[in-house]
Amino acid sequence: MTTRKVAVIAAGVSTPSSTRMLADQLAAAIGEELRSAGVPAQVEIVELREHARALADAVVTGFAAGDLRDAIRTVTAADAVVAVTPVFAASYSGLFKTFVDVLEPDALAGKPVLLAATAGTARHSLVIEHAMRPLFSYLRALTVPTGVFAAPEDWAGGDAAPLSTRIERAARELTDLLTARAPVPPADPFADPTPFEDLLAES
Amino acid sequence: MQFGVFSVGDVTPDPTTGREPSEADRIQAMLAVARKAEEVGLDVFATGEHHNPPFVPSSPTTLLGYLAGQTDRLLLSTATTLITTNDPVKIAEDYAMLQHLAGGRVDLMLGRGNTGPVYPWFGQDIRDGIALAVSNYALLRRLWREENVDWEGRFRTPLQGFTATPRPLDGVPPFVWHASIRSPEIAEQAAYYGDGFFHNNIFWPAEHVRRMVALYRRRFEHYGHGPAEHAIVGLGGQVFMRKNSQDAIREFRPYFDNAPVYGHGPSLEEYMAETPLTVGSPQQVIDRTLGFRDVVGDYQRQLFLVDHAGLPLKTVLEQMDILGEQVVPVLRKEFAALRPAGVPEEPPTHASLVAGAAAELAAEAVR
Repeated sequence: MTTRKVAVIAAGVSTPSSTRMLADQLAAAIGEELRSAGVPAQVEIVELREHARALADAVVTGFAAGDLRDAIRTVTAADAVVAVTPVFAASYSGLFKTFVDVLEPDALAGKPVLLAATAGTARHSLVIEHAMRPLFSYLRALTVPTGVFAAPEDWAGGDAAPLSTRIERAARELTDLLTARAPVPPADPFADPTPFEDLLAES
Repeated sequence: MQFGVFSVGDVTPDPTTGREPSEADRIQAMLAVARKAEEVGLDVFATGEHHNPPFVPSSPTTLLGYLAGQTDRLLLSTATTLITTNDPVKIAEDYAMLQHLAGGRVDLMLGRGNTGPVYPWFGQDIRDGIALAVSNYALLRRLWREENVDWEGRFRTPLQGFTATPRPLDGVPPFVWHASIRSPEIAEQAAYYGDGFFHNNIFWPAEHVRRMVALYRRRFEHYGHGPAEHAIVGLGGQVFMRKNSQDAIREFRPYFDNAPVYGHGPSLEEYMAETPLTVGSPQQVIDRTLGFRDVVGDYQRQLFLVDHAGLPLKTVLEQMDILGEQVVPVLRKEFAALRPAGVPEEPPTHASLVAGAAAELAAEAVR
């Protein structure tokens, strides 16, 4: 059976970071779901902090260099993506958005995506719905219904709807979507160009 | 193999002195660069086409027509001629006229232009960029090859029994390159017609250049123009040289750091690692340029960008002396030694196209 690949984008900037903690827990839950479904899986974390300068460079040069190029490839070649951002000024962080900006416009089209965010206060708890989901709708990603938002009290535990429950539910939704779909090789316009007769006919 | 220089024609202040050349200075500098190209034994000068400041060359055939009278052997070309916003009728006539003035020392490189606002200034829309390039070039080819053209298309008024004048010199249209950085459709177009493909790789990593040129070569063969290795490929490149590489780096760094197209992003060293920019000794430029062959295969035209980033004309002309005396003679020899038999040494020239047309006529007469 083909190994299914999941890329987990973590946009936290501090160390240790609660964004990374959430990303790790989501990665573990997804790995567990796929294992119990008997699906060979490879879950890889892409830590954006390591690419902060390269991302700024890519914005001005128009191309991604070095390790950032590999990070982008990890995300675009994945069968599903988990996107985890801290909330900065009531939205996803600039670093997170910059990474999205340097992806090719169709890179996430049709890909199952799980959205998650962390914040310093529960008042941001709708950030996934008002900021992240519209962005990923624009990218034509298939976002799963459960978004996982974690505020400080979630890490303390004792909530009526514990974080772990939401993580498990979201992980299940993502893996259900993932396993129901055959692996889709990324489209390569260089391998398979539009024949010139078609271009002539369209012009 | 042909070597030359191409100029964007940007007016950029010299960051080390703050001095900004006037448009008049810049136009004269472009002419000086072209004359220098001939003087130091380069083969080609190509001018950009722009219709917005800070660029001066809005009228390529005027510039090249003047240069035709000032030079004897230099091949005059463009980088690029806008196939999207120029009327193909005007391109057909302007470049045929230029052919006559220059005695056939002309080819041209077609590009779309990536500045959105330019399109509406000429009644077009950037979202039609590919369709414009495809449709306008299909018409351009017919205007050069057929005496009486009937035409109807999406992008210009219809033509009935139209004859573009003057007819191409010796009945042979100039050789055409198609240039694109990112669009597979344009590589496909070049391959379909068996025209040249130029990748202006100066701002791009080698891996991207490799994929675009490989696509063009594969499709060139697919469309029956010969083996992929015989396709006609051109590349850009930008260099700054001093005898000692440390001196080159020290002198060029303020230009790199402040130039609108380079500065405020990656460091000079990072940029050199990712793109063809080579700042160093002439030997380093030789080694780097020979390395392009590993990326795209044996190719036919190498154009260097030397008058950029606000460098003063005096420095640019010094760079061209180094190119002509120390770099290009070595590259000619080395590339020739590496090129397998059968791979075209040069892109088609006016003389070779005339000979080809005559041979075709003779073959037809026998049949």
